[in-house]
Amino acid sequence: MRGDRLPLDPSLAPAGSRNFRDAGGLPAAGWRADQTEQTLVPTHCCFCGVQCGMYLRVDRHGKVFGVEPRNHDINRMRLCPKGINAYQQVNHPDRLTAPLLRTSRDEPFREVGWEEALDHTAERIRRIQAEHGRDAFGMLGGASLFSEKTYLVGKFARVALRTRHVDYNGRLCMVSAAGANKLAFGIDRAANPFADILRTDCLLIAGSNVGECFPVMTQYVWGARDRGAKLIVVDPRETAIARTADVHVALRSGTDAVFFNAVLHVVVKEGLTDKAFLAERTTGWAEVRRTVEAYPPQRAAETCGIPAGQVVEVARMFATAPRAMAWHARGIEHHTQGVENCLTVINLCTATGNLGRPGAGYGTITGQGNGQGGREHGQKADLLPGGRSINDPAHRRQIAAIWGIDEDELPPAGTSMVEMVGQMGRGEIRGLIGVCNNPFVSLPNLRSVRAGYDALEFHAQLDFFLSETAADAHVVLPVTTWAEDEGVMANAEARVVKHNKAQEPPEGVRTDTWVLCELARRLGVGEKFAFEGSREVFDELRRASAGTVIDYYGITYERLEETGGIAWPCPGPDHPGTPRLFEDGRTYHPDGKVHLQVVEWHPPADPYDEQYPMTLTTGRTVAHFLSGNQTRRLGGLVEQTPRPWVEVHPSHGFRTGDPVRVTTRRGSTVLPALVTEAIRADHVFVPYHWPVPVAANELTVDALDPRSKIPEYKVCAVRIDPAEALDEVPAPPVPPGREAYPEAQVSRTDPLPPTAPQGRGTAERG
Amino acid sequence: MLGRTIFIDPGRCIGCQACVSACRECDSHRGRSMIHLDYPDEGTSVASLPTVCMHCEDPVAPCAEVCPADAILITADGVVQEADPTRCIGCANCVNACPFGVPKIDLAAKLQMKCNLCYDRTSYGLAPMCATVCPTGALFYGTVEELQAERPGVEVSTLFAFGGTTVATGVAMVVPADRREPVPGGTLNLIEVNGRPTPGNGAAL
Repeated sequence: MRGDRLPLDPSLAPAGSRNFRDAGGLPAAGWRADQTEQTLVPTHCCFCGVQCGMYLRVDRHGKVFGVEPRNHDINRMRLCPKGINAYQQVNHPDRLTAPLLRTSRDEPFREVGWEEALDHTAERIRRIQAEHGRDAFGMLGGASLFSEKTYLVGKFARVALRTRHVDYNGRLCMVSAAGANKLAFGIDRAANPFADILRTDCLLIAGSNVGECFPVMTQYVWGARDRGAKLIVVDPRETAIARTADVHVALRSGTDAVFFNAVLHVVVKEGLTDKAFLAERTTGWAEVRRTVEAYPPQRAAETCGIPAGQVVEVARMFATAPRAMAWHARGIEHHTQGVENCLTVINLCTATGNLGRPGAGYGTITGQGNGQGGREHGQKADLLPGGRSINDPAHRRQIAAIWGIDEDELPPAGTSMVEMVGQMGRGEIRGLIGVCNNPFVSLPNLRSVRAGYDALEFHAQLDFFLSETAADAHVVLPVTTWAEDEGVMANAEARVVKHNKAQEPPEGVRTDTWVLCELARRLGVGEKFAFEGSREVFDELRRASAGTVIDYYGITYERLEETGGIAWPCPGPDHPGTPRLFEDGRTYHPDGKVHLQVVEWHPPADPYDEQYPMTLTTGRTVAHFLSGNQTRRLGGLVEQTPRPWVEVHPSHGFRTGDPVRVTTRRGSTVLPALVTEAIRADHVFVPYHWPVPVAANELTVDALDPRSKIPEYKVCAVRIDPAEALDEVPAPPVPPGREAYPEAQVSRTDPLPPTAPQGRGTAERG
Repeated sequence: MLGRTIFIDPGRCIGCQACVSACRECDSHRGRSMIHLDYPDEGTSVASLPTVCMHCEDPVAPCAEVCPADAILITADGVVQEADPTRCIGCANCVNACPFGVPKIDLAAKLQMKCNLCYDRTSYGLAPMCATVCPTGALFYGTVEELQAERPGVEVSTLFAFGGTTVATGVAMVVPADRREPVPGGTLNLIEVNGRPTPGNGAAL
């Protein structure tokens, strides 16, 4: 029987479903099961660091209207709800299609032409820098940009703006893991590919809600268990992967270093270390060994709030497995000792000889699509392309030569994103260009963030939807989505993948590359930004990375299309890439050894007292992504999870749906309770994807790790009280005279929390 | 007996609802998801359970048996199709008859809606959308041999007991080895009729 004999006449479509794909630009009447009149463009998802392959469905008018699973070896056709709905952003009614401009924040935006918007922006840059010095103008990038664009952000800041003040939103995400990797291994990336998970005998996942934040990675976790591997999950919440784990260590947030030091204590005490590995391939073991002596299981039991027996159980399970692996994410990284927490995991893997073999190793799961690539090529305050240090004279000379400038023209290292916001508040930074970030939702202690941005004399923001941050700017420049340009991203395995262009941008929209090059031309350095598009930028990036640890020289667009992705380092066109590190037993330090680091635990920055006795921890939910500027506009995802909630243990006496005031030293918000035994009684959890007045980050503390400068999102002191009425979820911002696409916002005002952290069950929907 | 079909393994489900979103993308449903995704342990754990149409074989499709308009047709491949909209009268008999709670009624359109195993896709040689995208393999499409090759030792069942009635289905469920079949589907609420116990429905006789 052929599909076209089924009743596919749109007049028979169920009521209410007719406009379903309006956000995709194709009326229901144009639907067909017959797939012959469409083009499938192979690409990857725009969201998380797994970087699942997908096809975008393009109709005969050249418009993206749907998604089709793609058998790419990262994801084997699998997709999460965000990935499935991602295409609906492309022709979404909320898209920005004209530059917006105003000279003061009291005025409404008016739509202007590109010439006026760019001339005005260049004029303000010149004026602020003439009056207050070059460093008075800053730039903030993002790790959801293609690597080509992250390279351009760094080059634009150093060569066109010539400011030291450039950083990016990976500072909120990946920097703790990066710092630890560099200290221990001299290379900043996961050591093993996802596929190695299938070959391990013991998998330890610390501080990562894999089922919600990296859903498609779960197939590797379950695949390992199908083959008999043990699963250990360290998380204060009983997440979907923790629920059936062999051991779930539900420790207090902010005590990870005690737990991992104690595990290593037991490993040493029971003689389970790999003595030959430690002797031949490491430095610093004697000091680490001496330090963990002071962390017996009983200390972990008291500090972490777990049974002492669990420490012993984890130590034996991990250390006696023939091949063991550890993966971690923000749960242990978003701390004032984020770098050190990662180091304790590295110490455990190293002491048990679990490095550089199939199924044995270590990885960190990047949160953003290009969380890995975004930190490699120079948009970070202290780095130049190829992971070079901006403080190293030799590195400075190399990059100055590639860029055709004098080394003394190259600015020194700048400051981190959170520190830059403080400098804005103090008038040290007076103008800013933001690309691909939304600090009004994503930064901690939002009150001080707004104060910083509001003090700016000039603020331009590039985005494809009007984010909460862009809505506060002077100039908003409408740029492309990922489906309207080509470029590469590096996923959590450091595998570089190619995103392809599926449709032309809507009229009035330009690529970020074009915008930065046009601004550079107006600032008098057009010849250094003569890029036609991503391909030309990538060629320069390849050359700029050649010979460094992060070597992209052998990676070309053609090779990526042939192979489906290549892991760096890849120094030459015949080099197969490096999916697994340390196979030859050497790290990337000059001595080739793992540099073990001593870690002493200290308590979190925000102290507990009678007023604030409990712990607030924050994180993601599966239907939304980061600041929600994209996912809060997609109807299916809003319906799944319409609003934030506060997750509390039943012992506090609330019922699900009760309004609960959540108060920290920085602010408060009223959210509906989701009462569940799947969280520690002394913790509450709030997801962070929404803006004020329901923003988790109104509550979080802006204390930073001294090395990585990552904020301590995962732990602060909190109080919960009964409240009268819920704070309402605002609609996502849109330009004046428009309304956020109503069909996508239907569920937003729903007062109830989701049925479970993953969303509203289908039976509980209106 | 089992050909290429869906296998459901709630133990792997992470409740992400990719299946719900994927079902919405299917061209035969046009924005409506037919998948039921429940969090049955609400308040206790994050456990979750996807339900698709089980495509009952014996007794053949209770939903079709009770349809007064003969709107629910079963194709030769065993797929219980969605009610034919030119015949369906929206009476909801099928909703009441289904032991798994699968069919839904669109009240506005007065039409039944139900999973048809993505017939528009399977008839073009594509796998159903939900099982294709499921991040964890909680929904798996293929043969039992393919399933067992991927997951050594896995057991499945297609028999479900509801009181005294056992239903054989075309869609299979992964079950613990010691609970192989029939899977207890629960006791029907109908215990007494006219004051007398109804045999086989779990009532004390």
